Amino acid sequence: MSRFEPLNAGNLRSDGRRPLELRSFSAELTTHPSADGSASVSHGLTQVTACVYGPREAKNRAQTMHDRALVNIEVEVAPWAGEVRRQRTKGDRRTAEFAASVKATFEPVIQTTLYPRSEIDIHIHVLQLDGGLLQAGINATTLALVDAGIPMLDYVSSLSAGLYHTTAMLDLTNLEESDLPSVTVAVLPRSGKVTLVSMETRLHVDRFEEMFKLAMEGGKVLRGEMDKVVRERTKVLARQMEGGAAQDEDRMETDDL
Amino acid sequence: MVEITIRKRQREEEIQPQKKFFRKTRKGRVIKVLRERYLRDDIGCGVRLCPICASPPFTGQSPSLPVQGTPHPSFPAGHHLLPDTNALLHQIDLFEHPSFQSSLILLQTVMDEVRHRSLPLYNRVRNLVRNADEWVKGGAWVFWNEFREETAVGRKEGESANDMNDRAIRTAAAWYASHIGLAHAASSPAPTVLLLTDDTASRQLASALSIPALSVRAYVAGLPNANELGDVLAAPGRVEDKEATERRAIYDEYLPAGTLDAGVAGGKLYEGRFNPNQYNYLEGFINSAALVRPILVIGRRDLNRAVAGDLVVVELYPESEWKAPGDEVVDQDLTLAADDADDSDGEEGGEAEHRLAAQEERDARDVGKRNPLEKHPTGRVVGIRKRNWRAYICHLDPSTLSSSATTSQSQQVVFATPVSPNLPRIRLRTRQAPQLVHQKIVVSIDKWDVDSRYPEGHFVRALGQVGSKEAEQESLLLEWEVPYRAFGRAILDCLPKEGDAWVVPPKTEDSIVWRDREDLREMIICSIDPPGCQDIDDALHARRLPNGNIEAGVHIADVSHFVLPDNAMDTEAAARGTTVYLVDKRIDMLPSLLGTNLCSLRAHVERLAFSVIWELTPEAKIINVRFTKSVIASKAAFTYKEAQTRKDNLALTDPVSESIRLLNALAKKLRAARMAAGALNLASPEVRIQMESPESSDPVDVEQKEQLETNSLVEEFMLLANISVAAKIQETFPQTAVLRRHQPPPASNFELLEDVLLKRKGMKLDISSSGALANSLDTCVIADEPDFNILVRIMATRCMRPAEYFCAGSVSRETFGHYGLASPIYTHFTSPIRRFADVLVHRQLAAAINYTPLHASLHSRQHMERILNGVNRRHRMAQNASRASLEFFVAVALKGRAEREGAPAREKAFIIRAFRNGVAVFVSKLGLEGLVTFKREINFDPELYSVKVPSATGEVTLSVFDEVDVEISIEKDVNTQRGRVIE
Repeated sequence: MSRFEPLNAGNLRSDGRRPLELRSFSAELTTHPSADGSASVSHGLTQVTACVYGPREAKNRAQTMHDRALVNIEVEVAPWAGEVRRQRTKGDRRTAEFAASVKATFEPVIQTTLYPRSEIDIHIHVLQLDGGLLQAGINATTLALVDAGIPMLDYVSSLSAGLYHTTAMLDLTNLEESDLPSVTVAVLPRSGKVTLVSMETRLHVDRFEEMFKLAMEGGKVLRGEMDKVVRERTKVLARQMEGGAAQDEDRMETDDL
Repeated sequence: MVEITIRKRQREEEIQPQKKFFRKTRKGRVIKVLRERYLRDDIGCGVRLCPICASPPFTGQSPSLPVQGTPHPSFPAGHHLLPDTNALLHQIDLFEHPSFQSSLILLQTVMDEVRHRSLPLYNRVRNLVRNADEWVKGGAWVFWNEFREETAVGRKEGESANDMNDRAIRTAAAWYASHIGLAHAASSPAPTVLLLTDDTASRQLASALSIPALSVRAYVAGLPNANELGDVLAAPGRVEDKEATERRAIYDEYLPAGTLDAGVAGGKLYEGRFNPNQYNYLEGFINSAALVRPILVIGRRDLNRAVAGDLVVVELYPESEWKAPGDEVVDQDLTLAADDADDSDGEEGGEAEHRLAAQEERDARDVGKRNPLEKHPTGRVVGIRKRNWRAYICHLDPSTLSSSATTSQSQQVVFATPVSPNLPRIRLRTRQAPQLVHQKIVVSIDKWDVDSRYPEGHFVRALGQVGSKEAEQESLLLEWEVPYRAFGRAILDCLPKEGDAWVVPPKTEDSIVWRDREDLREMIICSIDPPGCQDIDDALHARRLPNGNIEAGVHIADVSHFVLPDNAMDTEAAARGTTVYLVDKRIDMLPSLLGTNLCSLRAHVERLAFSVIWELTPEAKIINVRFTKSVIASKAAFTYKEAQTRKDNLALTDPVSESIRLLNALAKKLRAARMAAGALNLASPEVRIQMESPESSDPVDVEQKEQLETNSLVEEFMLLANISVAAKIQETFPQTAVLRRHQPPPASNFELLEDVLLKRKGMKLDISSSGALANSLDTCVIADEPDFNILVRIMATRCMRPAEYFCAGSVSRETFGHYGLASPIYTHFTSPIRRFADVLVHRQLAAAINYTPLHASLHSRQHMERILNGVNRRHRMAQNASRASLEFFVAVALKGRAEREGAPAREKAFIIRAFRNGVAVFVSKLGLEGLVTFKREINFDPELYSVKVPSATGEVTLSVFDEVDVEISIEKDVNTQRGRVIE
């Protein structure tokens, strides 16, 4: 691995991207109709599904809060997600930490005060893993919450950024993540507020600001993508509510244009 | 703000966007790896003036391929060359040749393969690309074919990695042809893209796709300067004909790589670097981590084509067949003089060798029986993990020139004899043999087949006449891989713009230079250096404090103020590692503007410095120490001798002399304390070449260096500064601090010396600790023989391990110690002008005192380890180069002396080793080591390390440590042109 070149002389990364290009992003809403809201998101080969249940009556009396809703996050990483098949136990520390980060990210964004004495359960399933677990988890959760119709201040969009020598690069793959210092940022793109910064490697303080800003900018780009997906879905829903027939569908689309 | 975009994956192409392969882990598990690949359309073809790829895709890389290189008669419309991996790997010397001007397209596939196969070669190829704009007509361009839509290929079912790469190369060649065709649609016929490959099958496949392809040899043959370039080509691959198969294999085939891996992992085979015996070319050692004693390999067949420095795999013989190293000098030039270069079997020529080998075997068994202690694990080489072949400096062996062809230009096969004695001769094809006979030439090895006694190589370039100073100098720089090119533009651009006129700016509140700097300009500071020293990097001061203590300071040139991390100058300095001192030349690590001017602490000039200031009691106990950046103005620059006279002349009471005296008094106490702690007083032969005048570099004579009190004064304070700094940076950066250590030598290193001393002189050596060794060395003296006393120290020094730089986080705390200095921690801080490690230490210390934040690269341990490994290696090489340079000049001086006196020089020498047919001697006055071989039958007694030589007056016994007179003559051996000391 010592011979791995994160950025070659032609300014190309190991997978052919330029430093500031994100991986192919795709998202889908309502992937699990049994949940109140669900979404599946993929960044390149990383694929994560989030399901939201609630707001519903809190089961756990002890943790119920009289003024706002409780946000529960449960994470499950599929054994086949990584390169090596690995069964993670329930109390796995990495997973627990990941869940805590996601919880910390969303607690201030979801308007929990609207639902006192209730709880919102979010289940995150990691299906495939190729770097950027946290960003994919957060983006999937955002979309699932939107799908469930839970009021939030804004989209939360998250992106990782890394540094090779002096060049910052966005959206790291697994290979890059293991070699480069990286930071994951989650932002509310409209207000530019940051709800999460997570960094597990050492990074020089001089370079931090640049990477941080780039990740924020990248977050805004991602928000645009996510917004598009949500609008598509809403359109479909609206059509269904109108009980629209095939010709209606056609008309609506031409109206749009 | 640069635009951030999302790369959309093309769903329709299913194979291309993903790379799928299987990897085996160390534990043997198989992992399926899936990686994405994004294909693009913005990857430029690199041809200047190409209208399709007009806008450069990336600013750092502007299209640099000229429309064509040297015109080739077969391609009137111009051509670009597209070499495949093997063509590039084997013929790199051709592509680097200054008169080979071509327009070179390097595919990513090829570059990756080259990198995988050999990192040094990869760096050379990269240099080709980097130097492209310096070329007059040629150019090189890397085409990232695996990321371009049209040229990316995916693995097909059942296709091997090699086949896929070959296919990728052909696809790219075909694409280039059509691309250039499109670009040239309007104008005259488009240039050809020529695939260069030596693989016949690949050429056939290419021609099936109507891609023009040629072998390198065929291509070069058509060039106007084919004669010159033809020599540079690598030896042709084996021709598969009947004759070849009938040839008798001289060596065993290597075992397959998988068997080697399994063997090493299972402990059946051993892996290590091959280290030939310098006295006997048919013998060598391999140091394996798995065994305490080095593994002995004896005989040509068992050595099995290993060349010095190769990483080899050895199989051990059963213990009953273990042998001891022979005690005979075997010189391949003499033994194999009659060998014919053309005849690859070399059966007749090898006869002398067979005889020798047989005798050797007998000897080895005898020795082994007699003295089981000397037995080494013995084995044979069964495989090569990694070749460490480089370019070697050689002479042509004129005796192998066919006599009829001494003037003809026809191609002939000759032997090239490497300068360094432990390398095999190299067989070489050349058309220029007559011109090259008396020249030093660079040769690289291409291959070594089982049926060939010698490796085959090709000529790279000539350095000049043997014995001429320029050729010798360049050859020793090349031999020790010292980078000696002039500093490039990018590096010089990193220097201050004012150049020579740079001065310390006036002291103001907001001056950046003065920020956090102490003003020590009024301090009585002086420097003490050897005469003629231009790069003064240290200066000292001392004064009495009102409380009776003494303040002493060491001021080191603030190189890190000028050499900033991560710029071109820094990278170059890191690559050079150290300044190399040759007798008549200095190869600088930093551009001379810094080294000899801006960073040189000259007298009466304001300079930036990094100061270490102690408060010491009069007994030289440290009360406290502080580190600060400062500005100083040295009051005087002394030579050691001047300083000594100043100090000794008690009539002088000026502050400068007083402070020298003060420093000297402290230094004596520091030294005493160090010695009490068990520091070793080691010695190495130090001689100085006296030149006729500073301008001409004709050496007149050789003399031993003088050691004055002031030498040790400076040394003591430098040691003190280094130790103080080491402790500070280790405390602040426990992971990445740059330190220096000297590991205690293993006891087995001393076995021989101990035995010889005991048997010959009745002296005992106690090696239990450095202190004990120092004490016992002090008792190993003969009162009236100072030379002998020094010799013992030199020999003890040779038994030790070399000191090395390391990263504090990479070894355990217990092994930090410096054995020779008996200091628990040590580093190098005091010579940043000439050592790169010191520059790093300066940066770390500056960060430790919160002067500047530490640069990111200095936080990464891997990065530091990589740099320090390089610096360690450069350091070793630099020492070797200096020594070689000294030896050459000693030889020239002796020759001059002999000519003046009309008789060969005679000097006193000590015997340091006895062999069955000779003795090795050491001339302490000249710092020279030589070999005296006897032609007559002599009587060798390995027990007592002595030989009996019959002479006119009866038998003379020569034993180790005996003093003898040797007559030294510089023998310009006709065949080898290697200077040699003979009796």
